Amino acid sequence: MGRKLLIHNDKVPNIHTLEVYRAHGGYASVEKALKTMAPDQVTDEVKKSGLRGRGGAGFPTGMKWSFLAKPEGVPRYLVCNADESEPGTFKDRYLMEKIPHALVEGMITSSYALGANQSYIYIRGEYFYVARILETAIAEAYAAGYLGKNILGTNFSLDLSVQVGGGAYICGEETALLESLEGKRGNPRIKPPFPAVAGLWGCPTVVNNVETIAAVCPIVMMGGEEYAKIGIGKSTGTKLISASGHINKPGVYEIELGVPVEEFIYSEEYCGGIRNGKKLKAVVAGGSSVPILPTELILKTAKGEPRLMTYESLSDGGFQTGTMLGSGGFIVMDEDTSIVKNLFTFARFYHHESCGQCSPCREGTGWMEKILKKFINGTANESDVELLWDIQSKIEGKTICPLGEAAAWPVAAAIRHFKHEFIAIAKNKKFVDISHYNRLNKIIA
Amino acid sequence: MGAQVHGTQSFDNKKRADIKFNDDAMATVQKIISRYPEGKQKSALLPVLHVAQAEFGGWLSPEVMDYVAGILKIKPIEVFEVASFYTMFNLKPVGKCVIEVCQTSSCWLCGAEDVIKHIEKKLNIKVGETSRDGMFTLKTAECLGSCGTAPMMQIGASYHENLTYEKIDTILEKYKSEGKQRNYTDLDYNNTL
Repeated sequence: MGRKLLIHNDKVPNIHTLEVYRAHGGYASVEKALKTMAPDQVTDEVKKSGLRGRGGAGFPTGMKWSFLAKPEGVPRYLVCNADESEPGTFKDRYLMEKIPHALVEGMITSSYALGANQSYIYIRGEYFYVARILETAIAEAYAAGYLGKNILGTNFSLDLSVQVGGGAYICGEETALLESLEGKRGNPRIKPPFPAVAGLWGCPTVVNNVETIAAVCPIVMMGGEEYAKIGIGKSTGTKLISASGHINKPGVYEIELGVPVEEFIYSEEYCGGIRNGKKLKAVVAGGSSVPILPTELILKTAKGEPRLMTYESLSDGGFQTGTMLGSGGFIVMDEDTSIVKNLFTFARFYHHESCGQCSPCREGTGWMEKILKKFINGTANESDVELLWDIQSKIEGKTICPLGEAAAWPVAAAIRHFKHEFIAIAKNKKFVDISHYNRLNKIIA
Repeated sequence: MGAQVHGTQSFDNKKRADIKFNDDAMATVQKIISRYPEGKQKSALLPVLHVAQAEFGGWLSPEVMDYVAGILKIKPIEVFEVASFYTMFNLKPVGKCVIEVCQTSSCWLCGAEDVIKHIEKKLNIKVGETSRDGMFTLKTAECLGSCGTAPMMQIGASYHENLTYEKIDTILEKYKSEGKQRNYTDLDYNNTL
């Protein structure tokens, strides 16, 4: 059993209430930080921990915090990115729904470190019911004196509120999120300036993912150095992985970074192997935007070493033979899956979610969806594979925000590793979805 | 409850005066506005639009959007550009229950297409249409963050997961017998079905 720091209490009855959460050691990081540590000391522990942004980019959190500008007389803000929308990712929802106080506690401790007196949790609109759960937890925290004026009798005051979005993947990009929080369309901003200098309402702002903020609590309690001992190399600590697709036990798993991918897929502790006794065909390891890998490359690197669940091991081999840990959205596909059809669902997604600001993304995502639709209809030609490759190569690096890359990478990877599937459809002028058996009767409610 | 409209009715100018939040809704709106620093009330726009959509029949007519603009002291176009950007806001009348079936990757892998076909057949409508009785509108949605419990659909605030044909039938019949408008803002969400 690996160590768990974030969701170890997820099965405790009523852990969503402040009373039970506190009985299990909750809010200890607020007590420790506010009463015995200076704000900079908290930041130092986060730096020492090696914690990297858990939303997908993997940027060192302590470094992000240290970039925060601190001009006199200007408010600073901490904004939690709870806009979880990357296909394959549902870990933040799980954490917030089961243990809402873990996020509230992390927000208080982190806001203290950053000197923010007003913080926001921006949550995707579809998670409205989760926002309700958070609001109840926040009200409990106010009543217990963990929020509001002079928290625990100290000089530190903090107000925390939740804002719901309106259903837009792009708002997971931090500057689009800030635009949305300001009541505007979610169009990403041109950077620089970065939010650390000019963020919410033009004030210095840190935007962190839910899991990142929740991880600050154990880091403060155990110390950054202890936290850094978990994991391998620069992949420190634990990570929530959302496992879905054709596996026996889909769900959210907290792993110590460094678990072999093969163990994660096949062991009873995690995914429990492939459903219906089928063979593994491919995995999207870190949310829809990371490159898909076929069985041989997801289980082992091109060098033949076992692939591990770390930032470094998953990206070993670059995009030629590797992928990324990303958000930890781990989508598993069995031998009957059509890679082309799965890619079509991704392309449709990115076309739908493009904000429309940059032409390469706005137009390119639409073209990619249309061409993939031709494959699904069995009307594509062999030259369409080249066309698809050409379009994706002209999006990457040419847009204001990374949605362009996110849309292009899955297309590139599918062609790189499964070109024969595209060619076969084009040659036969026929698309047969053999994965399309009647699944719904087989699921036990 | 505020003025309700269903089906193909819409507000005309004469009814503009009728568009007014009831006291409860207005209190909620004021509470939302108070979360932001003074002068930054535009930030309340998305949450207030959710309240407005729930209060005024499940969609946002131009008149409702103008009303919201007035409350937040912003220009009507600022409301429209936001309402038209985000997929959760309906700019046309919808059924009392909007069914949103997730169709992205994991949900597709686990049978989302079968869910959609089943509902289309059951309600005798296609994606994008509203049933004759005005009860249901069927939509597809992109990843709703329920990949581990696929396939799934959202109705109002409720997430209905691990769907089977039988489960879908039970859920739709329950909503039909209740006959209530379902909103994202509902407090009585029920994810256990």
